[in-house]
Order: sequence, then C-alpha cells, then structure tokens
Amino acid sequence: MSLSEAFSREPAFVPYLAAGDPSFEASLAYVEALARGGADAIELGLPFSEPIAEGPTIQEAIVRSLEAGMTPERFFEFVEALDVEVPLVCMTYYNLVYQYGDGDGPRPFVQRAAAAGIAGFVIPDLPAEEAGPLRRACDEFGLDLVFIVAPTTRGERLERMQEYVSGYVYVQARLGTTGARDEVSDHTEESLARIADWEVPKAVGFGIKTGDHAQRIVSAGADGIIVGSALVDIVAQGHAADEDTATVADRLEAKARELKEGALTGARAVQ
Amino acid sequence: MSTNSFGEYGGQYVPEALMPAIEELTDAYERYVRENEAGFIDEFRQRIRDFGGRPTPLERAEQLSQRYGTDVYLKREDLLHGGAHKLNNALGQVLLAKYMGKDRIIAETGAGQHGTATAMAAAHLDMPCEIYMGKTDIGRQRPNVFRMRTNGAEVNAVTTGRGTLKEAISETMRDWARTVENTHYVIGSVVGPHPFPSMVRDFHALISEEARDQTREQVGRLPDAVLACAGGGSNTMGTFHHFLEDDVDLYAVEAGGSSLSVDEAAGVAPNSASLSTGEEGVLHGSRTKVLQDSHGQIMESHSVSAGLDYAGVGPELAHLVDEGRVQAVNVDDVAALEAFHRLSQLEGVIPALETAHAFGYLEQEQDTLGDLVLVNVSGRGDKDLETVLEETRERDLSIAPDMEIFREVAGGSL
Repeated sequence: MSLSEAFSREPAFVPYLAAGDPSFEASLAYVEALARGGADAIELGLPFSEPIAEGPTIQEAIVRSLEAGMTPERFFEFVEALDVEVPLVCMTYYNLVYQYGDGDGPRPFVQRAAAAGIAGFVIPDLPAEEAGPLRRACDEFGLDLVFIVAPTTRGERLERMQEYVSGYVYVQARLGTTGARDEVSDHTEESLARIADWEVPKAVGFGIKTGDHAQRIVSAGADGIIVGSALVDIVAQGHAADEDTATVADRLEAKARELKEGALTGARAVQ
Repeated sequence: MSTNSFGEYGGQYVPEALMPAIEELTDAYERYVRENEAGFIDEFRQRIRDFGGRPTPLERAEQLSQRYGTDVYLKREDLLHGGAHKLNNALGQVLLAKYMGKDRIIAETGAGQHGTATAMAAAHLDMPCEIYMGKTDIGRQRPNVFRMRTNGAEVNAVTTGRGTLKEAISETMRDWARTVENTHYVIGSVVGPHPFPSMVRDFHALISEEARDQTREQVGRLPDAVLACAGGGSNTMGTFHHFLEDDVDLYAVEAGGSSLSVDEAAGVAPNSASLSTGEEGVLHGSRTKVLQDSHGQIMESHSVSAGLDYAGVGPELAHLVDEGRVQAVNVDDVAALEAFHRLSQLEGVIPALETAHAFGYLEQEQDTLGDLVLVNVSGRGDKDLETVLEETRERDLSIAPDMEIFREVAGGSL
C-alpha cells in the first residue's frame, strides 16, 4: 500500500517510534503492536547523534537505541524483520542519508531503503532548498518525500515545498521541538487553511497525546494525526520499570486504539 | 552556485520552523551588514571602538623574534574587551538583533568565551540574554559562568550527551525553534546555516583589516605567513579574510589533542582536527568537514582546550583548505601546553590555550614560515590557568614553573 492510499479511506493514525528502542527485539514487538492497534502508516526513527528537531522524550529514545547498537544497516534489517502490512516511513537526519554507501549522495541510502520496503522519508533538517538530490533519488526508486509545514511557513516557501512533497504533508501543530503536551496548539487550523488546496493528505503532529486531542485535530480538518512522544513515553516507562515486552506492547496497542478511535470520532463530527 | 555556499560546503540544513527566521536574518545581513543600511556598520564600528577597545595593537614579539631568527608579530586580540576576539561577533549580532526588532538573545557557549562576550554585549545593549552551556563545560569553566551571571545573563545547563559545545549548539537550536518569532540566536563561530558563516566572518574580519594595515605601516610590507588557531574557525577566518588575495601563507592550526586516530567503537576522536582528519558531512545546519564515524554519527571530539573542542568547522574554512589557499596543520596537547608557558615567560603574554596551539606550531615550524610571521593572539589565558596547572603537572613538563609556594604557605597540596 502506498502512503497516500493509507489516508484514503478514513483519517489516518500515524505513530512514531525510534527503531531499536530500547532493543532490536522489543522494538519489533512494539511496532507490530501499533499496527494491531490501528496504525495506518508508521514513522520509524533511525537515530542520529545530533537530533536538533527533537525534544527530550525522543532524544532519550535515540540515545537508548544508539546504545543498543542501532546503525543504518541494522535499521534496514529491522524494517525487513517487521511483520506489518502498513507503509513505513523512515524519519532521520540528512547526514546519515548522505554518508550511506560510496559517496554518491543520497542515492545508495534510498536504493537500500526501497529494497528493505520503506515507503518514504521525513528528514527534519532538510528544507526544500537542499532537497533536490534526495527528491530525485526518491523519484528514481518510487519513494515518497514528506515535508514538514511549520506554523511559520508561508508564501514562497509553501510553494517550493508543494513542488517537492509527496505521500503526505506533516503539519507541525506548534513551534518548537517534538514532545507531548497537555494543550493542543491553535496554530493547527491556521496551518491547515494555508495548504487547503494541496493534493497530498495533511497529517498533523507535535504534541498530540490523547484520543481527545486526536478528535479535535481531525475535526479541524486534518486527514491524519502523527503521534510520537506520547508513545515513546510508554516505551521509556516500561524500560525504566523493567517490564516485559508483552506488557509494554499491550499498553502501546491500547494507546494506539484510543488515538485511532479519537481520530474516527473527529471525522464523524465533521460529517 | 548560490551565495550561501563555499564550493560544495555551506547551505542551510535546518528544521523548517527555523527557515523563515533564517530568511529574515539573511535579508537583515544583506541590508544592514553588507549595505550599511540605517548606518548599522557605522554604529557597530563606533561601539566596538568605544566599548570594545578597537583597534587592538600589533606588537613585535622581541624574545620570540630573537629565538626563531625571524620577525614575529602578535595581533593582540587578547586586549579586546572581555579578553578574546569573541566580542567582535557578539556585539555585531546583538546590535543586529536590535535593528531587526528582536527582544531576546540566546547563545551557546563551549569554553564560555562566546557566552561571556554575548552576555557583555547584551548588557551593553540592554537585551535579555540566555546562554546554553554543557554541564561538563560549566564544571571546567567556572569563572566564565560567574562572569555571565554577573552581567545578568541566564545560564542554562545542557545535560545531554557529553555536555560540551556540540550539545549546547543543538539545545540552543531547539530553543530557537520554539521562540524564533522574537528571539535572535547569536551563534558563536563561523558555523551553522547561511548566513551565519559569512556574517560571523564579516564581524571578525576587523582583525585582518587592522593587521594588514598595521604590518604595512609598522614593517613596510605584508607578512610571509599568518597563523591562527582553528576550532570552529571564527578567529581563523577573521585573521585570514583580508589576506586571502595576497601572497601570504595562511596556517589554520587545529588541536591534535592526544592523538589523530579515532576510537570508532567508543564514538570518540581524541582531537578536534576536523580540517585535517574530518570528512564531508552535515552538522548544525551546514555541509562541512566533520569528525564522524563510518555510519555518519558525529564523534565526541577532545582537546585540552575547551574552545577548540568541536567536531565540525566553518564551511568557508573547509573550502579554503580544499582549494589549497589555507594550510590545515595541527599540534598536540603537549605542544600547546609548552607554548602556553613559553609565551607567558618570554613575552609576558598569557595566551588562551586555544591561541597557544598557534604558538606551538610556530615553535615546530620556525624555519619554514619565512622572515615575517604574524600570529593572532585570539584570547588571553586567565580562564585556563587552573586547567593548565593541572594538565602540566600530569605531564611533568619541564618548562612549567613549580607551584611549591602554595605548599609552603598552606602545608598542603595545591
């Protein structure tokens, strides 16, 4: 299934986890639990040592994953080992994409990702201005390139991004770094209005923590919701309490159901 | 090729949320700094003179000249207000933030020199200021923390990673992503996304503008060689800029640390020699030479000098090295420590440990640098005295003075 198909039937729930957090095996079980819980696509973080767009929750997940031995090659093995049907998006930073392979720009990384079954990328430190080489490699191998629209993105920048984006557009609900918040920002409706005429589905992320948040975001007009830190928190707590993998996986699955249910309720409210 | 690049280096690799601020800054840089709109540069020059103490002197180093049989001249940036070249950039950027209508300043600091310069400039221009500093650096640079707090700046401890400059930059970028609408990020070196590498260089280019005129006036000709230490590269680019078109050899002296090798498993490079040993990559907003492992993860650098301790380097400097215009060289911790003591004893100038690397290279290569050598004294070394004392004792360096006096009066240890 392609990324845009994942959004085509009903509002999509797109969870994020850092691959390999806190271990390769546990992380496989966690991602599969999210799929059982109703995920329509999944963002998998490939950890980079300098994650400048992440808040503390995901920074710590990245450290746990790196300490457990995650590398780009292990990441691709991880993707190949996953037993899920939904499309997978690789979220990482440009240096890892750029360094992979033999100095041929981003192409070897994209080629390997395509072979492993990745459907697209989100690269938070790659604005449209620098994205030409990666966009071309994605076109060559049939992968999507998702861009993030920030509350501050306007005018020409939106046009440039619209030219390059495919799969879905990631609408950043508020300024700052990733992280769960109790309040959902009011920038969402404004941001969605600015890109109302874009053809790609609009998924909103940054700060979504509960089914109620999900409901509000979808009733504001989003085609999907992206949830990271609220799920990574569950992984972190399970790891800190030394709980077994199945218990943590059940909790993730339940949280996924709550969020997906919230999104569906939000969609009914719109109708 | 667009103007935001230096050959294949440079660019703007930052989160989308920051891009509008980067575009606003690029516009302000073009208008105020490049075109002197609203008299910005006039005000900057007046303030860096009256508040900062420019021009700094060019001094003939008599003992070193005699020792090496060559004329050695010192560009005394250590005499700039605050004790280092850092004020040139900090004052320029805080003033620019005012012209842009921003009402809050944030900055990262490693050794604390950029943090103290920014705190001074912010106090001088009445701007609220917050400094991010790694917890390791807070521990090893306590005097600079006192100075920043005394000037009224908040100091925020960064506890991620090893708690040094690299983590402090990442954390300041995160703050900026939250507060970009009213806040200016005063980056401390010629690194980061365009326009920072060009803008920071322009503010520091006062160093070579003066030094070039001063050597011609005082000696009647240009130097054969110019030496500056290089971490991120701010004093290096400032010292080289106006000599780039001249027939003058330029040496960027990096910290060789304890070894030029890398420990891939531990993710540690026991040096900060990104120009000499780094590979092309993307770090903190620009494409440049970076100390990284085979997967592209950034390595922890190490130098006895906190101010050179950084895994990246300015993109323009990386480009000038690739072009062959600048020679990237390095000296190790021991050579830098010995040079620190030598300059202190022979010339009465206690240099920053960063600066001492340039003098370490002068000692090693004295015969090959020509008849007239200019060295930038990028900062003074008061802040380093405790570190130097400790590191010198560990290595049992014969050049160092003994500190028995403390034992005599206290009857105890140092």
